Amino acid sequence: MRSTHASPERADTPVLVLRGLALDYLQGDSRTQVLRGIDLELRAGECLGVVGESGSGKSQLLLALLGLSGPGARLSGSARLGGQELVDASPALLGAVRGRRIALVFQDALSALNPYLRIGAQLVEVLRHHLGMGRAAAQARAAELLALVQVDEPAQRLRQYPHELSGGMRQRVLLALSLACEPEVLLLDEPTTALDVTVQAQLMALLRSLRASTGVSMVFVTHDLGLLAGIADRVAVMYAGRIVEEAPAGQLYARPLHPYTGGLLRSLPLLDRPLPARLPSIPGQPPEPGTQPAGCAFAPRCPLVEPRCQAQPPERHEAGARVACFRTDAAGLMDEAWP
Amino acid sequence: MNATRQGLWREAVRRLLEVRSQRWTLYVLATLLGAALLVPLASPHGYATPEWTRILRPPSPSAPFGTDGLGRDLLVRTMWGCRVSLLVGLVASLMSVCIGVAWGATAGLLGGRWDALMMRTVDVLYSVPFIPLVIVLTVVFGRHFLLVFAAIGAVSWLDIARIVRGQALAIGQREYIEAARALGLPPGRMLWRHYVPNLAGIVVVYATLTVPSVILFEALLSFLGLGVQAPLASLGSLVADGAAEMQAHPHVLVFPAALLALLILCLNHLGDGLRDALDPRQP
Repeated sequence: MRSTHASPERADTPVLVLRGLALDYLQGDSRTQVLRGIDLELRAGECLGVVGESGSGKSQLLLALLGLSGPGARLSGSARLGGQELVDASPALLGAVRGRRIALVFQDALSALNPYLRIGAQLVEVLRHHLGMGRAAAQARAAELLALVQVDEPAQRLRQYPHELSGGMRQRVLLALSLACEPEVLLLDEPTTALDVTVQAQLMALLRSLRASTGVSMVFVTHDLGLLAGIADRVAVMYAGRIVEEAPAGQLYARPLHPYTGGLLRSLPLLDRPLPARLPSIPGQPPEPGTQPAGCAFAPRCPLVEPRCQAQPPERHEAGARVACFRTDAAGLMDEAWP
Repeated sequence: MNATRQGLWREAVRRLLEVRSQRWTLYVLATLLGAALLVPLASPHGYATPEWTRILRPPSPSAPFGTDGLGRDLLVRTMWGCRVSLLVGLVASLMSVCIGVAWGATAGLLGGRWDALMMRTVDVLYSVPFIPLVIVLTVVFGRHFLLVFAAIGAVSWLDIARIVRGQALAIGQREYIEAARALGLPPGRMLWRHYVPNLAGIVVVYATLTVPSVILFEALLSFLGLGVQAPLASLGSLVADGAAEMQAHPHVLVFPAALLALLILCLNHLGDGLRDALDPRQP
């Protein structure tokens, strides 16, 4: 299922290519693996959804791309932005990439905006720094950006402080801040989690229209598969720091290949299905970061587990989609696996 | 369109002036300051000249605050005392703010080993018993006006260093600092635009509250005879003199003590108001 938004001539050039990206946190002698062997491509104009539970490493993936992992982090593998290697890049190069070529939208706009600076000052700051604009030009551009993200009365909003805006408005401002320098890649870290459902729907509509108008590539991280259905072209499912399945969105929803994906979909309440007394859930807990079983990390919770799953981790293979599971027959067994 | 940091200060002043009690505080402080500067210039009496014909006179039109045990005009002496107390308060506070902010911000921003080392130094200095130290200093170096500044400044910066360090650490953890990093802003700009405004409020407020505490401290030192030396007077030494006479001649104590209390009250109230005014989240 090909994206309907991306223009066809650009659709196959990857803007961002991750190969074997791994992130460890070293603290004294202990080593915590947060990301393991991430292989992903983001094509121009595409929206890639990344889903996973809390602690699966999805937010860490975004921070790692910008070189913003915390102290003690060790990043290995490769992450190339249009041919530019980001792993072990110099601080100067990363400084020129952040906000300019890759921008990150945080989850909670109230804490991601400086409470002591007006909206205008924060926008102008970025424009002046990255694009070298003069004060007046930057002011004018800041107002345009607010109009772009459909904030009403942009000129007045520029003079307001973050606490004077509503939650949805703040998230739009944060989006404007990220789009200020027309980046190639927009990373969205659960951008709608702090919003209520109606505002969330408005923001998703805005994101779709921005994608169509600016052609920006997006990585949309969330734990909400339902939300992704409306925007993502492809979806990657993360579990315990690995990507266990990656497929075009329509295919992933219709025919999940990994038992974990199947379980996640099973846990969604659907409008066309009577709501059960208790929503189904996947029993058990994801492994604590740092304590990795020898085999597949999902094996302890997997209904289709086999002896070989415990022995060694499955490699990702192509089976219509890329999936990391020994059970190539899993797709046909989902209904029995997750009753 | 003004969306700069100066706007923050202008707005803070506006918010401060909107509060009626703060306007009164500023009037009272301005009056006190004006009187302290002008009264000694305008009065025919010097602060140090004894006048043996009018010893311990009660308040009268010619000497509104009365005279002290050496016949000196108490109004002139009290105003001189205000000058000295305010000067000590301002200079020592400025000193302690400069040292404290530099020390605390450095520790908070460097973090780790340096932070531990610098903050343990503060802990050690905190543990030095202060008044015996000042007594020893006056014995060693002789009684000098500057010593009062140095002694008070050397101690009061410790609090500011701790507060600024804690605030710098806390700001570093805030998401908007990470967001600013994710937008690729360079460290210098981060420091100036994102740390300074967040620190400025607390520093200004703390400095305003340090002035009265320093004045009180100077009063304590002068009361003990370790501060300003006669015939120069501070509010503290005037209270000490007045305490000796208070049973027979209460006016010698009451006027300087009331002025000291008024000054401290106003400065504390102003500090409180500034704290509210410098937070843009206040209406």
